[in-house]
Amino acid sequence: MKHTISVLLQNKPGVLSRVTGLFSGRGFNIESLSVAETLEPSISCLTLVTRGDEAIIEQITKQLHKLIDVIKVTDISDSEYVEREMVLIRVKAEAQTRAEVLRVIDIFRGKVVDVSPKSYAVEVTGSASKVQAIIDILRPIGIQEIVRTGTIAMARASKK
Amino acid sequence: MEKISGSQAIIRCLQEEGIKTIFGFPGGAVIDLFDALMDSDITNVLVRHEQGAVHAADGLARVTGEVGVALLTSGPGATNGVTAIATAYMDSIPLVILTGQVPTPLIGNDAFQEVDIVGITRPCTKHNYLVKDAKDLVATLREAFHIARTGRPGPVLVDLPKDVVAKMVDFPEKKPIRMQNYQPTYEPHPGQIEKACKKILKAKNPVLYVGGGVILSNANEELTELARKLNIPVTMTLMGLGGFPGSDPLSMGMLGMHGSYTANMAVAHSDLLIAVGARFDDRVTGRLDAFAPHATIIHIDIDPTSISKNVKVDIPIVADCKHALTAMNAWFNTSSDFNREQVAASHEPWLETIGEWTKKHPMCYLDEGDIIKPQYVIEKLDELTHGDAIITTEVGQNQMWAAQFYKFNKPRQWATSGGLGTMGYGLPAAIGAKMAFPEKTVIDVAGDGSIQMNIQELATANQYKCPVKVAILNNNYLGMVRQWQELFYNKRYAGTVMEVTPDFVMLAQAYGAVGLRATKKSEVEAVIKEALATDNTVIMDFVIAREECVFPMVPAGKATTEMLLV
Repeated sequence: MKHTISVLLQNKPGVLSRVTGLFSGRGFNIESLSVAETLEPSISCLTLVTRGDEAIIEQITKQLHKLIDVIKVTDISDSEYVEREMVLIRVKAEAQTRAEVLRVIDIFRGKVVDVSPKSYAVEVTGSASKVQAIIDILRPIGIQEIVRTGTIAMARASKK
Repeated sequence: MEKISGSQAIIRCLQEEGIKTIFGFPGGAVIDLFDALMDSDITNVLVRHEQGAVHAADGLARVTGEVGVALLTSGPGATNGVTAIATAYMDSIPLVILTGQVPTPLIGNDAFQEVDIVGITRPCTKHNYLVKDAKDLVATLREAFHIARTGRPGPVLVDLPKDVVAKMVDFPEKKPIRMQNYQPTYEPHPGQIEKACKKILKAKNPVLYVGGGVILSNANEELTELARKLNIPVTMTLMGLGGFPGSDPLSMGMLGMHGSYTANMAVAHSDLLIAVGARFDDRVTGRLDAFAPHATIIHIDIDPTSISKNVKVDIPIVADCKHALTAMNAWFNTSSDFNREQVAASHEPWLETIGEWTKKHPMCYLDEGDIIKPQYVIEKLDELTHGDAIITTEVGQNQMWAAQFYKFNKPRQWATSGGLGTMGYGLPAAIGAKMAFPEKTVIDVAGDGSIQMNIQELATANQYKCPVKVAILNNNYLGMVRQWQELFYNKRYAGTVMEVTPDFVMLAQAYGAVGLRATKKSEVEAVIKEALATDNTVIMDFVIAREECVFPMVPAGKATTEMLLV
């Protein structure tokens, strides 16, 4: 089962390596990881996507929480949540495919952020599966380079 | 506010924590600290290798329950300490390790004796720090002690760049430490306690399975009260020995790979396993699906990650063992459901079954005329020290025989590297223990292999008039590995024959210690008596039955009921 875990931690040198060291040392896997400052500059938020059965996910959250610099651990996938990932794709765009590429980008509500005579750089935001979908569509046309941010996620607010 | 130097501030922090003795080895990066130490009332024990410093601090911590402190220099000084730090980490021993570091402007430049010790020790410390700013120095030191001794204890390393400790700093008054992100749970959930107690009342074949957590939280009295009140048999892990009196009729001794037949059979047939401060280590459980297959499991531990890590737990109780056991005793004392005589009587058939197992396969060995059996040496040590000595061990057969045949009746008289299994632990740990309790007899039970891993600390023992006794069970083999080779590798003794072993009697003399040797069973008692009567460090070289094995033994990966017996 895929789980998206959100971790609040002290924004200090070495903290990220405590988290990644924990995963490598205990043989847990990380599918994606993204980290940045929160509103409070001394605290960072780290979103990681991992896979495992219930017992493994329980160990992962407990072990994360045991790290002294970790403030809070939430398995966001326990409840309703929104997740987003951004990808930058440089795709081949020559005379015969330029229009086709633009159509695809439009369908995925992407944006062209850089243009050259032979390529477009495209920005697309969405769930990991949407990002994967546009990659799959553009691949036959000729992807030259991609950069993905990894997933970030937020629990949905209570509707009451 | 009056300013003092960073190194003076560090020494003041140690004094504030009540530290009297530290173990260290100097180097360029920590000269300032050693200099400041000279003006204090703290004794630095100059070891002969940094691994010895950290093991000695660890030995002191285990027998006193206080935080042990080691002071090492940068680079190789720090890396030499790593094995001993990992040893303490695996066994949850509270230590503060201070390491020197190159001056901050040189960090990352591959400077002389520079190493990223914070990076290296991240997976084997409870927490660690690099102090880059002198104004953080005092707060960091205080936090380090707080983290080391609270919750599930462990080693904390503080890396101290040379320029940082040279700066002048304030020394503010100490306030209670509150950390937003670190608040261990001491008090058990009352609902869980009640659930556990009610389950215990229903059990017909209960077993208490006791680990090092009981020692660490000083919960031995509460545990003993619970076991006797409810007439429940007790088994201990290697780390839990002394948590319950070994000569009590309810004690089944150690369980697991080299545990007693009784303890392993009892766990396998129990309907309720009450784990207290233990972590279901593979050396305890053997094949996991065959471990306590019929039992409901209650697990008390202060570290939530220990619960349901290896074995699914039915009633988890996250708490300090002492608090949880106190709450359980209180529940039974006040509950109208609990009738002491009735419960005690209801466990009698179970205790009878257990007694039959012990009768069938007691902890024993075969006597062979005048050949020295290692188990006999341990029995004699137990007898002649009235079971009251502090015993440290090296690792391997010597460690298992000590665990099996010395009757530990009190906590904190036993220091052994359980989790990491570090050869070379016993001698420096014995020195640490003896520095803490000069009036007590401290014996390192060793093998001829492992004693050589930190033999240099004999000089330390001599320099500080720290007369520890070393009992070498000498079989001229790396005996435990040889035993595996005998049993599972067609007696191919690859790499386990110690073709050259020093003359330990002469070696002892070379270090200014006393060396004694026994080659016959009839000489053992006299050698031990003489060693105990000598006010000097003594090596007792017992030339033992060469191919003696440790039994019972559960082969790796087998169920704990599939024991090889004497």
